[in-house]
Amino acid sequence: MSTESTDTAGTGTGPRRPSDERWTGISFATRMATVDFRVGRRAHITVDADVCRGCTTRACVTACPADLFAPTSDGGILFNYEECFECGTCYMVCNHEGAISWTYPDGGQGVVFRRG
Amino acid sequence: MPEPTTPEAGRFDAVVVGAGPAGAAAALELARAGRSVALLERGPFPGSKNVYGGVVYGRVLDQVLPRWWEEVPVERWVVRRSTMVMTGHQSLSVDYRCQTWGEAPYNGMTTYRSRFDPWLAGKATDAGARLVTSTVATGLLRDPSGRVVGVRTDRDGAELHCDVVVACDGVNSFLAKEAGLLPRAAAEHHTLGVKEVLALPREVIDERFGVGNGEGADIEILGCTRGIPGGGFLYTNADTVSVGIVVSVRHLAASGVRPEELIADLKAHPSIAPLLRGATVEEYGAHLIPEGGYDTIPELAADGLLVAGDAAALTLAAGLWLEGVNFAIGSGLAAGRAAARAVAAGDCSAPGLASYRADLQSQFVLADHKRFRQAPGLVLSERVQGRYPALICDLVESLFTVTNPTPKPGGLRLTVNAARRNGVKLRELAADTLRAARTFG
Repeated sequence: MSTESTDTAGTGTGPRRPSDERWTGISFATRMATVDFRVGRRAHITVDADVCRGCTTRACVTACPADLFAPTSDGGILFNYEECFECGTCYMVCNHEGAISWTYPDGGQGVVFRRG
Repeated sequence: MPEPTTPEAGRFDAVVVGAGPAGAAAALELARAGRSVALLERGPFPGSKNVYGGVVYGRVLDQVLPRWWEEVPVERWVVRRSTMVMTGHQSLSVDYRCQTWGEAPYNGMTTYRSRFDPWLAGKATDAGARLVTSTVATGLLRDPSGRVVGVRTDRDGAELHCDVVVACDGVNSFLAKEAGLLPRAAAEHHTLGVKEVLALPREVIDERFGVGNGEGADIEILGCTRGIPGGGFLYTNADTVSVGIVVSVRHLAASGVRPEELIADLKAHPSIAPLLRGATVEEYGAHLIPEGGYDTIPELAADGLLVAGDAAALTLAAGLWLEGVNFAIGSGLAAGRAAARAVAAGDCSAPGLASYRADLQSQFVLADHKRFRQAPGLVLSERVQGRYPALICDLVESLFTVTNPTPKPGGLRLTVNAARRNGVKLRELAADTLRAARTFG
């Protein structure tokens, strides 16, 4: 488990503090590096890019706490399953039936929370 | 940490899916009643998929084990319970302290789910339940009449047959969805909790939070989510602090604000930043919470199937009271007892399992939910979320800002001014006060 603490490339938009308090705005990569994932070979979540091209809300892009949904230049959505918290937010907020196919990773794989 | 074990061919009296607090409690009661029970867990160990705010209210554990507090894996015993209302530059705290909460039989404790859940599952295995980790229940098995008679697993498609399945498979419960008990997705009834666990030396936590000897603090926060319905929290563990936000997923998605930005806001707030200065992030995590309350609790039984814990939407999010693990344990114990009775009676049909709901109604699990059924709507309403935090802070600020030589105005005048400044009509304030009295009275 990583315990990296400071990174000036913060993604937070809260008020910036003086430099001795940089810990308030760690980078997203640093944040995700603290989490233990046992990545399986099977993608447990798939996204139908054809359905996503017609989507204007892009709720998954905003709400996914692991920031795994990336809009592509052709209007689709790219999804990385490897660092998924398996929370279910993406399919809950998606308003296009069938756009996101969601299952659990295979037994023993996926996220392993130590401080949950 | 238990090594993954392979399910045996054969049948059990009951299969419990999910070894969180609900599932462990259900398996415990079934095993204590002498029933054969398999407890399936999709993670490598119980608790590995779980994230919660941070406090377990342990009174329900009196049903599990006398003097459980002598062995439970605790981080700190909560002796300070603060409710904080804030704006970007203001905050008002109501801080309650109770030293007897730091003594047996205790009230609330902070603990990590990676330690608490294995401990509770261990009580079930000690009683004779068979824990099977790293195994996903991928679907329900049914007989020709539609009755649930087992589960399919992802262990080479192995099937486990039984008289009754207890679905404790969490907020996304695919088993309850497959059985038609839960809707496929209901964003409006779910919140997203996002949490950072920040490392600080134990003595620094003791000093900053005014505690010692294993005592801890619990701070619940309103007004820190940029108007997105929800709230924030801060809990002390032994040598870490859990800080996070809980927000309506539907409103979060519509806001365009990323969840980690809300945590960054909270951590940078002048009332919170000094408590966390110098801390290093140890883990980031997120989880959905079923916060719809009583009116969104599904049917709890079908032929051969019971549902408990988050799978049954039993988290209580009633403003002042934010409880989930105790509701999971309470419902799991009741489900295990009902399942054991039904197996013994040879009738695991929905009517044969009906004692489960009656049991929950006679105790806190459904009684509290019914009493506070209006709470989610009030707590997450636009005025409570978007206007009252600033109204309250402005009112207190005007009370304590000395404006000499201008004489002090009266309290009513200050209230009217604070309400007006925040776009709240007195009629609305009166209506909401009445509504709050009805909701919590």
